[in-house]
Amino acid sequence: MLLIYCPYCQVERAEVEFRCGGEAHIARPSDPEKTTDEDWVEFLYMRANTKGVIAERWRHIHGCGRFFNALRDTVSDNFLTFYKTGEPMPTLETLPQEAGK
Amino acid sequence: MSQPFRTEKGGRIDRGEELTFTFDGEEFHGHKGDTLASALLANGVHLVGRSFKYHRPRGILSSGSEEPNALVGIYRNGDQTPNLRATQIELYDGLEAISQNRFPSLGFDVGAVNDLLSPLFPAGFYYKTFMWPKSFWDRVYEPIIRSAAGLGKPPRTPDQDTYANQFAHCDVLVAGSGPSGLAAALAAAETGARVILCDEQAECGGSLLSESNASIDGKDPANWVHETVARLSSMENVTLLPRTTAFGYFAHNFVALAERVTDHLAEPDSKLPRERLWQVRAKEVVIAAGAIERPMVFPENDRPGIMLADAGRTYLNRYGVKVGHKVLVATACDTAWQAAFDLADHGVEVVAIVDVRETPPDNLIAIAEARGIRVEAGCVVTGTLGRKRIKSALLGRLMTSGQVASGGQIDCDALLMSGGWTPTVSLYSQSRGKVVWAPEKGAFLPGISVQKERSTGASKAVYGLQACLEDGYAAGEAAATAASGKTATITYSSAYGGEAGSGGILGALPHDRNASRVKAFVDYQNDVTAKDVKLAVREGMHSIEHIKRYTTTGMATDQGRLSNMNALEIASGTLDKPVTDVGLTTFRQPYTPTTFGLFAGISRGDFFDAVRKTASHEWVVQHGGVFEDVSQWKRAWYFPKPGEDMHAAVERECRTVRESVGLFDASTLGKIEVVGPDAAEFLERMYTNPWKKLAPGRCRYGLLLNDAGFIVDDGVIGRLAEDRFHVTTTTGGAPNVLATMEDYLQTEWSDLNVWLTSTTEQYSVAAVQGPKAREFIAPFIEGIDLSADAFPHMSVKEGTFCGVPCRLFRISFTGELGFEINVSRRYGEMMWETLATEIEKRGGTPYGTETMHVLRAEKGYIIVGQDTDGTVTPYDAGMGWAIGKKKFDFVGKRGLARTDLVADGRKQFVGLLTKDPKIRLEEGAQITTSENPATGTAAEGHVTSSYYSAALERTIALAIVKNGHAREGQTLYVPMPEGSIPVEVTGTVFYDKEGAQLNV
Amino acid sequence: MKRYSFLELAKNAFSAHQNWGRQWRSPEPKAEYDVVIVGAGGHGLATAYYLASEHGIRNVAVIEKGWLGGGNTGRNTTIVRSNYLWEESAALYNHAIGLWQNLSQELNYNVMYSARGVLMLAHTVHDVQSAQRHIHANRLAGVQNEWLTPEQAKDYCPPLNIEKNIRYPVMGAALQRVGGTARHDAVAWGYARGADALGVDIIQNCAVTGIRRNQNGSIEGVETAKGYIKAKKVGVVAAGHTSVVMDMAGVRLPLESFPLQALVSEPVKPAFPCVVMSNTIHAYISQSDKGELVIGAGTDQFVSYSQAGGIHITNHTIDAICELFPQFRRMRMLRNWGGIVDTTPDRSPILSKTPVPGLFVNCGWGTGGFKATPGSGHVFAHTIAKDEPHPINAPFTIDRFRTGRLIDEAAAAAVAH
Repeated sequence: MLLIYCPYCQVERAEVEFRCGGEAHIARPSDPEKTTDEDWVEFLYMRANTKGVIAERWRHIHGCGRFFNALRDTVSDNFLTFYKTGEPMPTLETLPQEAGK
Repeated sequence: MSQPFRTEKGGRIDRGEELTFTFDGEEFHGHKGDTLASALLANGVHLVGRSFKYHRPRGILSSGSEEPNALVGIYRNGDQTPNLRATQIELYDGLEAISQNRFPSLGFDVGAVNDLLSPLFPAGFYYKTFMWPKSFWDRVYEPIIRSAAGLGKPPRTPDQDTYANQFAHCDVLVAGSGPSGLAAALAAAETGARVILCDEQAECGGSLLSESNASIDGKDPANWVHETVARLSSMENVTLLPRTTAFGYFAHNFVALAERVTDHLAEPDSKLPRERLWQVRAKEVVIAAGAIERPMVFPENDRPGIMLADAGRTYLNRYGVKVGHKVLVATACDTAWQAAFDLADHGVEVVAIVDVRETPPDNLIAIAEARGIRVEAGCVVTGTLGRKRIKSALLGRLMTSGQVASGGQIDCDALLMSGGWTPTVSLYSQSRGKVVWAPEKGAFLPGISVQKERSTGASKAVYGLQACLEDGYAAGEAAATAASGKTATITYSSAYGGEAGSGGILGALPHDRNASRVKAFVDYQNDVTAKDVKLAVREGMHSIEHIKRYTTTGMATDQGRLSNMNALEIASGTLDKPVTDVGLTTFRQPYTPTTFGLFAGISRGDFFDAVRKTASHEWVVQHGGVFEDVSQWKRAWYFPKPGEDMHAAVERECRTVRESVGLFDASTLGKIEVVGPDAAEFLERMYTNPWKKLAPGRCRYGLLLNDAGFIVDDGVIGRLAEDRFHVTTTTGGAPNVLATMEDYLQTEWSDLNVWLTSTTEQYSVAAVQGPKAREFIAPFIEGIDLSADAFPHMSVKEGTFCGVPCRLFRISFTGELGFEINVSRRYGEMMWETLATEIEKRGGTPYGTETMHVLRAEKGYIIVGQDTDGTVTPYDAGMGWAIGKKKFDFVGKRGLARTDLVADGRKQFVGLLTKDPKIRLEEGAQITTSENPATGTAAEGHVTSSYYSAALERTIALAIVKNGHAREGQTLYVPMPEGSIPVEVTGTVFYDKEGAQLNV
Repeated sequence: MKRYSFLELAKNAFSAHQNWGRQWRSPEPKAEYDVVIVGAGGHGLATAYYLASEHGIRNVAVIEKGWLGGGNTGRNTTIVRSNYLWEESAALYNHAIGLWQNLSQELNYNVMYSARGVLMLAHTVHDVQSAQRHIHANRLAGVQNEWLTPEQAKDYCPPLNIEKNIRYPVMGAALQRVGGTARHDAVAWGYARGADALGVDIIQNCAVTGIRRNQNGSIEGVETAKGYIKAKKVGVVAAGHTSVVMDMAGVRLPLESFPLQALVSEPVKPAFPCVVMSNTIHAYISQSDKGELVIGAGTDQFVSYSQAGGIHITNHTIDAICELFPQFRRMRMLRNWGGIVDTTPDRSPILSKTPVPGLFVNCGWGTGGFKATPGSGHVFAHTIAKDEPHPINAPFTIDRFRTGRLIDEAAAAAVAH
């Protein structure tokens, strides 16, 4: 049971309050006419499935209901940081050393 | 009082309170404070069980939760709980225990023939045989293996006990209350940090409760425990949990504890739960799990009467029980010597101390000599005799050549052994930390912390009372500071005595016996011997995980806590590789076996899954309605009148709706209020249909796809105002539709100004359907002109129902004139009772989901999830009309254009009529072109819905058929076991094709 | 290879079992192989075995980063069945059932395939419809599966609670009698021993660190912890780690890896005769030959390679088991563990060539790969040997996600209304 920080509510809460929304920063192609089948399958199904640090979406379903993003190490399951939807993905270098520990 | 092995005084038992218990029906006595094991030993009973494979007689080996042999069943309330450790069962008056895995009795067990046949049963023998003849595996071999395997008998009746669950947060969780754990808890608590201290035993104190040779601050250790526990109990920031095992260490410092609340009580308060699950989020964890003593691996090391030395000492000092009258002590380390001294001081004859080491410490030898105890240094036990209890032991002298010379035979009725100590690193390992091999300690120790935890004391091989106390205080202080930033000045208690000593050995001991004839057990419960481990290595099992799985060593109920290190050393020696290259198996949760009921908690019956009821529920119950489960909802299925079966009731309901009027509870359909300046634009993007031009006051059927292009939901959507829509969804789909909408709104189209609110449970909805629907509802509705012109099909208006506000939809899922009245849930019962009471007077009827299904099928309306299955596109469903062709984009638009979704030969939604109008097809039946299809023929499709239609006076069906739209009029077949049923492909609308009934 | 039999066991008893040979060697890798299989789980070892036994390709290495059979093969709940809905799936899993029935004899290794029957419970009207659809489809496809009333289900599985007044009463069940269980470790070991005897090198404790391609983009070999190994063809059978390995070849896949938990109780005397599954309340249970109740739990909701899941997942599973079998509430969990399951969007596997010539992939088995082990290895060996799929795995391409030709077993169990 993970411990998750909601950047909107600014609280840490147990995982059961949240729903994971899968890999983050996958934009839906905006113009269907100009989207190839390859682009579409990339958006629909292709996932990095990284062993290591990933950006993923979470939604605080039993709280504010907002989607936000998190960086998490898929080996340790430790979070490195949480950030709001629309904010750029932090790079590992910009994270404080102790983040996620 | 006949407890021949009870000491005259001493121990922590209450000699004033005698308790009666039975073991295999025989009556015995013990005292309050005893465990079942100590009480049995006090009565001279060592034989308590039979081993798993060879059915060898086994006695009590340990005094803790790692006990592999003394597993018993406890009878209570007419059923039994199997596999409980006698060493952990607290005695109560009237306790009934039975031995396991023996037939017909513990003393005479026919299964013991396995021991004689054991040359045929080496590790993994079953992989090499039982393959011929093939059919014998299922019918002969496996049933025999199964009945021979297993330990206790499973419970047979539903568990009547209750279980509780508690979430908790703390600064510092301390697991274990031995000297280090108590010191850690005290140090952390004194800073003001919130502390939880748990221990699996009934009393805090751990090894201090059986310490005879030490003092703390000049006091008896037990007194120090008493004072420390009293101090902790008095502190508001401390939660003390005895009888509580920290059994699982999960991600993000989440630790699960199992508290046993009533098992030790003779007559538990029925209000108490049997066990309580604590789910603790700790800022810091201190693991003070101690160390356990290792058995020595010598031939016949499993006879009843052979016990770990520290267990022998614990039974003596804590429980006042002598494990024998003539005790032999075999050891490789100093601590067992103290057990010998304590026994001697209680008048027990210690026949010898046999130490593997050539030169045990002089001071110990001197103490032994002072007590007249024979000491054999550089000696090992090479075998034992005695069937149901050890009678004597064979000794062997270690030669410098590495050989063993016979050292004679020595009589004894108990043998205490110690191979040294193994730190308990289970919880650390569960926290995903990697253990590190410490060659100088001969042990794996906790390595780098990956979670916020620290081990202390013996669990990281810090031994000796003073050292453990100091280490515990320091760990507690550090944890508290890390968790809460608080500090305090702690006065450390100081100890005298309780020295750690030295020594220890791993692996099998050398002996002079015929290696192929003797068994030296590594894993007692699973009957794994040193030979088995070597055989596995010879057969190519070089990873410790392979050895474990092939021999089953370490897979018994102690999870290898006693056996792992010895098995590892034997494997390492056989492979001639360092232990680190062989590896240690992972420790998995739970630390000790944990009751299923504890996990399930209150989740039983109606609490297993929420039951959602609509406002009509009680009325339906009172009027004999039958329910069906649809997701979590209870929906009225049909309303049988006396003497009616389901078929008759549904037929009558259908007729009544078509001819008169029917009342249906539609409250379970999902409802979402979509509000905001961009509400229409949002729906335009979500649903396939166009929404911008829909006038306020009008409704439209909406079809929702996923971005792959397949139908996922549908429902009528009404526009109440320019910026307000009332969206309905399927019953089961409601949560997903809202979640999907939120997802797109928040993460793709954050430019849109829209709010989404679930209103499913805010409205009660009554559907009134049938040619007389208008006149039926008219008396109750105010503020809405119900005439066909003012309020045509697919309209919505706000008014009142019996004076309360309502949203009135003119929509139909039956093909008849229909209205759906939405009122606030608080008026739901009023609305339903008003309408239901009135409708029968008017010749109408309430109807359930089955009638709803039939009526909609007559009209060819799909039910998402029944007629579609996630692989159906709008075009497949014949609903191309629902797609806004001019729309730039909507969810699913691009997906729908993919090659396979526009290919020929897709399965399409059609009607089917059986040639024989009386035959009703089975839903799910397959459809073929051939009347007698060969096995393996690909189906053309399947029947999705099938009913008897009262209106058509025949059966009807809906189906998904390959190229179905082009096959209208063709004959296909539905092959059934009894023969093929010919069917004709038709359109999907069977009743009122023109829709005349809707527009009245 | 010394054949195993009771006679052999008895003979060896006289020599105190000192003369048993190795079940497989621990060879150092050769410089070059015709085929390198990445991953020595059941599927990978079976692939190597059938490459050698059926296609005469014996210059094969199976490279494993840990110990053979140590991934999902050694971590699953050992259920075998083939009553899948779509004809593509049913054909694949039924192919496996055919091989299961003779596997112990073929491998001369008792894999303890036990056709004790798999009972899949229906709790709602929708479940009944779905089960009936499966049964009708299976009958046409030649897959054994039959409907039982609640009373018949209780006859078949006496511990089952068929009271009407429980939260989710049993309305009936689909029974596949040829379904059952097998001993998971023995499957890996049996294939390993069989493959080794045919000349296959099984190289353990040797992680693959790179995949080399030549100028044309074709496969050239693999970089490993024990050095570079040339290979004409590479088959990746790495389960939860497939994305990681395929990334080395620059191939993206529609996969996500989730933690999946399972657990066993303490062993007890026979209490449970068959396998029972309930999709609606998310539970499956059987009893092992050793006497442990073997219980499958669900996946966590997030991608993870940790092989550890949350306790709330376990809680929910045990809730469901205790609801169906309230007599087991007093039983105790002995061991709980996790695996990493690679899942595809349509919950069906990928058994296919890849855009990289010479590179093949077998993945995406999600929570149900064990049952397919022999069939999967058999058709994958064919695919590698012939450079084209066997008719049975032809539909299980990567391209189906682009075209939309899914084999959607998850959708088929869709719940709505």
